[in-house]
Amino acid sequence: MSRRTRLAMFAIAGPGLAVVMLIGMHGMPAFGHYHGVYGLLIDKIEVPERHATDLVTALNFDIRAFDTLGEEFILFASVAGVALLLRKLRHEREGKRSRGIEDHSFAGASAGLQLASLYLVPLLIALGCYIVVHGALTPGGGFQGGIVLAAGPLAILLAGRYFAMKRLAPEWMLEASEAIGAAGYALIGVAGLIIAGVYLKNFLPLGTPAMLLSAGMMPINSVAVGLEVTGAFLVVWTEFLDQELFVERGTGGDNA
Amino acid sequence: MTGVQLAALILVAVTATVVVLTPDALRQALVLGIFGLALTLLFFTFQAPDVALSEIVVSTVGLPLIILLALRKIGEQERSREQQEDE
Repeated sequence: MSRRTRLAMFAIAGPGLAVVMLIGMHGMPAFGHYHGVYGLLIDKIEVPERHATDLVTALNFDIRAFDTLGEEFILFASVAGVALLLRKLRHEREGKRSRGIEDHSFAGASAGLQLASLYLVPLLIALGCYIVVHGALTPGGGFQGGIVLAAGPLAILLAGRYFAMKRLAPEWMLEASEAIGAAGYALIGVAGLIIAGVYLKNFLPLGTPAMLLSAGMMPINSVAVGLEVTGAFLVVWTEFLDQELFVERGTGGDNA
Repeated sequence: MTGVQLAALILVAVTATVVVLTPDALRQALVLGIFGLALTLLFFTFQAPDVALSEIVVSTVGLPLIILLALRKIGEQERSREQQEDE
C-alpha cells in the first residue's frame, strides 16, 4: 500500500475514531472520581483481614491469587515456547561456526561504561531482593522485584562480559529458578487446599501488619513469583543472546 | 488533575507519536525505550508505583533488547537467504 493511500485511509479512520472516543468518554465520571465498589471494599478490608499494607500485592497474592497462578503460567508457557524455538535453530548450525566465542566482549564499551555497569550489578540485585520480600508492605512484589533482579546479571553484559554473565547466572540455574518459582506457587496453593480447605487460601498466621514476616502466605508467594520472573526473563535474554553470539558468526558480534 | 500529571500525559502522547513516526525499526526500538520511561513517569504521577516499577525495567531494558536481538536475527536470515539465491 502506498504512503498516499495509507494517509487517505487515516484521514477517514482518524476522525472516526476520535468521534467514537469522544462519545465514549462523554459519560465517564469526572477525573479522580471513583465509583467502583470493589476497590473501596478491598481498601477497607485489606489491612484488618489480610494484614498487608500494599493493596496491589494483597490483591495479587491473596484475594485474587488464582488469577496470578494463570498469569504465571502464561509467562512460563511463553518462555518455554521461545526457548524451544530458539534452541532447535541452534542445534542446526552451532557445530560449524562456534570457534573463538570465548574471546567475546563488547567492542564499543568504554572503561567508564564498564565500571558503571559493574557497580550496578550488586545494587540491582539488592534492590530486586528488597522489592520481592517487601511485596506485602510497600509497592512492589514478586513481578516487579523479579524483573529488577533479572536486570542485575544483564548489567554484566553491558560491561561487555557475556561469559561472566553466564557464570553468574548459568542456564541450569535460570531454568531451575523459573521452574521452582512456578511449581512453588502452585504448591503453595495445594498447601492451602490441604490445610485451609480451599486452593490458594491463606494458611499461615497473619502476623503484625507492616512487619517483614506478616500477611500470611503473601511473602512466600512473592518470593515464588520473583524466582519465576527472574528466571523467565533471563532465560529469554540468554537464549536470544546465544543465538546472536554463538550461531553463524563464531568471532562474536561487535554489535549485539 | 495536577500540572505534573498533565505534563506526564502530554509527554506520553508526544513520545508515542515519535515512536510511530520513526521510520527505521532499529531506531524505533530505542525510541520505544524513551516512550517507556514517559509511561513510567505517567504511572508514577498517577500513583501506581507498582505498575511504574515493572514498566521501567520491561520497557527500558527488557523489550528493546528482545526487539533488537530479534531484528538482528531477521536481518541475518534475510542475508543468508539472499546469498543462497545468488548462488
